[in-house]
Amino acid sequence: MRSVSIIGAGCTRFGERWEDSLRDLVVETGIMALEDSNVSGEEIDGLYVGNMSGGRFVEQEHIGALISDCAGLSRLHVPSTRVEAACASGGLALRQAVLAVASGYSDVVIAAGVEKMTDVTGGVAADALAAAADREWECFFGATFPALYAMIARLHMHRYGTTREELAQVAVKNHHNGSMNPISQYQMEITVEKVLRSPLVADPLRVLDCSPITDGAAAVVLVPTKIAHKYSDAPIKILATAQASDTLALHDRRNITTLDATVHAAKKAFGQAGLERKDIDLAEVHDAFTIGEIAAIEDLGFVEKGEGGKAAEEGLTWIGGKLPINTSGGLKACGHPVGATGIKQAYEMVLQLRGEAGKRQVEGAKVGLTHNVGGCGGTALVHILSR
Amino acid sequence: MSTVPRFWRHISQRYNLVGTHCSKCDEYYYPPRTICPNCRRTAQMEDHKFKGKGTVITYTTIYNATDDFKRQTPYNLAIIELDEGPRLTGQVICSPNEIEIGMKVKPVFRILGKEGDRGIIYYGTKFVPVEGSVQPITL
Repeated sequence: MRSVSIIGAGCTRFGERWEDSLRDLVVETGIMALEDSNVSGEEIDGLYVGNMSGGRFVEQEHIGALISDCAGLSRLHVPSTRVEAACASGGLALRQAVLAVASGYSDVVIAAGVEKMTDVTGGVAADALAAAADREWECFFGATFPALYAMIARLHMHRYGTTREELAQVAVKNHHNGSMNPISQYQMEITVEKVLRSPLVADPLRVLDCSPITDGAAAVVLVPTKIAHKYSDAPIKILATAQASDTLALHDRRNITTLDATVHAAKKAFGQAGLERKDIDLAEVHDAFTIGEIAAIEDLGFVEKGEGGKAAEEGLTWIGGKLPINTSGGLKACGHPVGATGIKQAYEMVLQLRGEAGKRQVEGAKVGLTHNVGGCGGTALVHILSR
Repeated sequence: MSTVPRFWRHISQRYNLVGTHCSKCDEYYYPPRTICPNCRRTAQMEDHKFKGKGTVITYTTIYNATDDFKRQTPYNLAIIELDEGPRLTGQVICSPNEIEIGMKVKPVFRILGKEGDRGIIYYGTKFVPVEGSVQPITL
């Protein structure tokens, strides 16, 4: 297998982009990524796009051909593939693109992600997202997506003594980081009190524990590491790509407070990279809900199981701490256009590893990890990147 | 809007809590599985009707629901471990202050939801507390 590097990256501003369609977002991010990588259309061998539910959110399927067409590549007939793994669709698109280049089949491949979520009302969006859970045996009985994570949170609190304030601290930290990120949906800081006073969504989770409904798109350009310097002075190497799956329904898990898919993907990724946990300088993890970040840092092996709640409160995961988590603002503050999230995580890591992250720059960042979850753990992807 | 067969297909499983049992490894499955994850193609699966008694493993109270369930909010949703072993997701009918981890529950037959004003009304199993039943459990 060939070593693969990212030579360019782009990401739209995340938020409620009422003026822009899914097509507009794709074109905006595509141009950014191509300009950043000095690649011309004729060189592109393939496109992979992560998109969870064009069918439900904008009543458009066949997103692969659509993005190639909108990007002006239709006359070049570039193969373009949409991949889907719920909220992990972006991470999966990245992995597919890495595999295409690593295998030697393709040389220049774009991994993109897009979701346009605000063209439907809140109830329809909630139902589209609930489709990431088990429609027949969870949603049929009234389960929502926040409800499933709320049940993880409840048991985590019961078992390990994780507190309501510790959950809130994750949101406070991620809003702080988001306030320093120009593409972030939320630019305002929040307090623990504000989180605890926000309306209940699914007890114990409140509005400010949840990632928002977001429009956005992101893209990265991949080539074999051997030729990366032809395009970029600061290519970012992909040291590992790993994916794992688990039961679709939360109730079937071996352990409800552990995402085994994350555990397995992390184990594979660290094996591939030949690295240990202590070698990671920063990580973007899947904080669709505050409990998600707590479970993630445990399941990735950064802290002991049950100790994740203390991490934000004690400063470990803040910028300046030992292991900064979600410097972009995470899904919570930067926003969560589901199909784009996995690629946005890679985009943030590219900026950090190039030293271009501005006020939220992690000093001396050399190796970073991204972690993207589909559903409440049916799929997990872990990538490790280095400069 | 869905057609009738979508709901009709699983009537016995949802109304009567019929799941499956693998007689090779003696594991019970609810919701039913066609393939036993322990034995896979060598499995010997048979239908099994569960008694429906179980214990709340974890729960939430939902205040913000999808359109089909909006009129029921707030409602409790729990992961329940049936006495025979398998776990399922279902609603527990009681006050949000009353539900706890470790609470014993039993099944009741209820309307689950309505697909809008003209769509199908669908039924299935919900759960109610067994009085005075909360016991500390080891998870």
